[in-house]
Amino acid sequence: MSTLAAQHEHAHDPFLQHHFTTPEQQADAGKIGMWLFLVTEILLFGGLFVGFAIMQSRHPEAFFAAHHQLDRTLGFINTIVLLCSSYTMVMAVHSARTDRRKRLIAFLLLTLAFASVFLGIKYIEYSHKFHEGLLPGRLYHHEGDTIAGQFMFFSFYFMMTGLHGLHILGGMIAIGWVLRRSVRGDFSHAYNTPVDLVGLYWHLVDMIWIYLFPLLYLIT
Amino acid sequence: MENLATAPAPADPKAAVNYLNATRGLKSWLTTVDHKRIGVMYLASILFSFFLGGVFAILIRIELWAPGRTIMSADTYNRVFTLHGAIMIFLFIIPSIPAAIGNFVLPLMLGAKDVAFPRLNLASYYLYLAGAALAVASMVTGGVDTGWTFYTPYSTTTNSSVSLMTLGAFILGFSSIFTGVNFIATIHKLRAPGMSWFRMPLFVWGIYATSIIQILATPVLGITLLLIVMERVFSVGIFNPQLGGDPVLFQHFFWFYSHPAVYIMILPGMAIISEVIPVFSRKNIFGYKAIAFSSIAIAGVSFLVWGHHMFVSGQSALAGAIFSFLTFLVAIPSGIKVFNWIATMYKGSISLEAPMLWAISFLLLFAIGGLTGLFLGALSVDVHLHDTYFVVAHFHFVMMGGTVMAFLAGLHYWWPKMFGRMYSEKWARVAAAFIFVGFNVTFLSQFVLGTRGMPRRYYNYLDQFRPLHMFSTVGSFMLAVGFLIMAAYLFASLRKPVDAPANPWNAVGLEWQTSSPPPEHNFEYVPVVTHGPYDYSVPVEHEHAEVGA
Repeated sequence: MSTLAAQHEHAHDPFLQHHFTTPEQQADAGKIGMWLFLVTEILLFGGLFVGFAIMQSRHPEAFFAAHHQLDRTLGFINTIVLLCSSYTMVMAVHSARTDRRKRLIAFLLLTLAFASVFLGIKYIEYSHKFHEGLLPGRLYHHEGDTIAGQFMFFSFYFMMTGLHGLHILGGMIAIGWVLRRSVRGDFSHAYNTPVDLVGLYWHLVDMIWIYLFPLLYLIT
Repeated sequence: MENLATAPAPADPKAAVNYLNATRGLKSWLTTVDHKRIGVMYLASILFSFFLGGVFAILIRIELWAPGRTIMSADTYNRVFTLHGAIMIFLFIIPSIPAAIGNFVLPLMLGAKDVAFPRLNLASYYLYLAGAALAVASMVTGGVDTGWTFYTPYSTTTNSSVSLMTLGAFILGFSSIFTGVNFIATIHKLRAPGMSWFRMPLFVWGIYATSIIQILATPVLGITLLLIVMERVFSVGIFNPQLGGDPVLFQHFFWFYSHPAVYIMILPGMAIISEVIPVFSRKNIFGYKAIAFSSIAIAGVSFLVWGHHMFVSGQSALAGAIFSFLTFLVAIPSGIKVFNWIATMYKGSISLEAPMLWAISFLLLFAIGGLTGLFLGALSVDVHLHDTYFVVAHFHFVMMGGTVMAFLAGLHYWWPKMFGRMYSEKWARVAAAFIFVGFNVTFLSQFVLGTRGMPRRYYNYLDQFRPLHMFSTVGSFMLAVGFLIMAAYLFASLRKPVDAPANPWNAVGLEWQTSSPPPEHNFEYVPVVTHGPYDYSVPVEHEHAEVGA
């Protein structure tokens, strides 16, 4: 009977889907789903990480020489930018849970701003590489290489940072969606799962960069 | 079926509202988030894929009737066997049980109103359609001649339309991931009151194990297939030995997914067998926990055996020995299951209705398929049998003799629940006989061909193999006849008015406590579970009384 009573009590909750009994059940299901999705993301990038590690062990000199072409300063700045964006995202989630709508909107906007800075810096880096002919595979035409086989480093560089960049874009779209709903006033201490889930996703995208930065920029 | 009368049938079947007639029109189907309708759409799609893959199979067998050219050129033959494999694997067998049958029955078995993420479920179906469309586009733009495994360096150099096909498989992978995520969240959060983990039907345990593999393995296939596309478009070098890459690395990546993937295919089959055998033996399942945990064990071990596909690819002898040993381990949980099913049947009150006929076929054929897997897992034997028809026969015994037989058991078992109609039991038995005999004629002969040295995927062969090839082709015709009969009586059943009782098999699972077909939201009341899933010690009529009250 308690189940039926609970069903009735939340019958007017506009965010409770019909097949869930309680908001907690719905929120838990959403979290399980998101964590599982994050696992698939890690394995998706995992394939590239393993491929990179194996190819680097086969061609250590070429990879070492090639990585000097990357701009460590820009890479480092981007790392800091993404770390800041993770902080603002956490604050956004916290603001949603504590019913502070204006702060929620402000922190989401800040997160979007940091994400745009990241992509902007990435654009500068990419244009430089394009200009120098540091391109993946058969497009590679950099002059003055002393060690052959450096193109493969850039194959991985573009595939990994490109896939990561697409995830940043996807994250920005998701944050934009949550932002729109925040402006509409959907979120409160009682219902904030979408903010929470987008936050989880954003941290993963951030964390992948934390691994990509030393892997690509700091080879010793 | 004397017990038909015990279940309350609606007075006027046409007046009864169920998920099939609750809303009408094409749009109501294309935008549905009802797991039952999505399951039915998946079922129609995979059955069509099965038909298409089957046509290619028959074309292969006709071509192999005689050495040399019979009906097609060697290049066409390469495309035909690739399409047979790719369609059967990616479009039929992987989504068959989880996405079609699982989608329909899993929430019903749990006493839930739907899966956890109904919109994601629909998205998964549309991704399936998109992947299938790319596969078709690849067929009409030249086809693929690499075999379904897309081995490099050939797949990165051939002129056939590999990129479209691999992109299609990439998208199908995401469809499969979405289904897996959905099922795990559903199993964790949407069980009916009283349904503890060990009161879940074993079908649910099997699907849970399958979903784990789908989530952990599929992304790696995704990135591998993208790397092939990258290699073809940009020559990124990773799989190309001329550029310092390694084609064997592709094999490692590919089998890291695709070996677990064969357990994505067989575990749901085993899950169906665990449902069908207790019902038609009228006995509680023997060794519930052993069967449940053996599913999880198979999922775990599945990630550690991929190297057995590379015994002759230049992998180190030590790695080969370790992979061989780990491969043998798979036999333990598989054996546990088979022995428990047989122990369930022992002294049971067995009735041989169509679902049980398929289940027994599964036991016989899967045993052969599983044991021949041990031959291939042994290093020294594999060197001789590698890439011969022995492998083809082993694979088909496990996949068709195993998964497809289980799929047919499940299809016949839940057909009345899905569509509210009984099919002709007599014709179902005739079809079962044709398919069982036809299957053995087709593939037992291939074991012999393999041990005598007939290589797989060859267009031409020595005269000495001709009798066995002819024998195998005749078997494939018997299979085709069996499936045509099945299509006929299943379609015929759909043309009848709704006539199936809620519980035609007197089974105790929750899905049988609601009407056939079920109402839109599955149950009139939230079911409360008070005992295990296969408790046949209580007369079934009492169950009806409980639910109806």
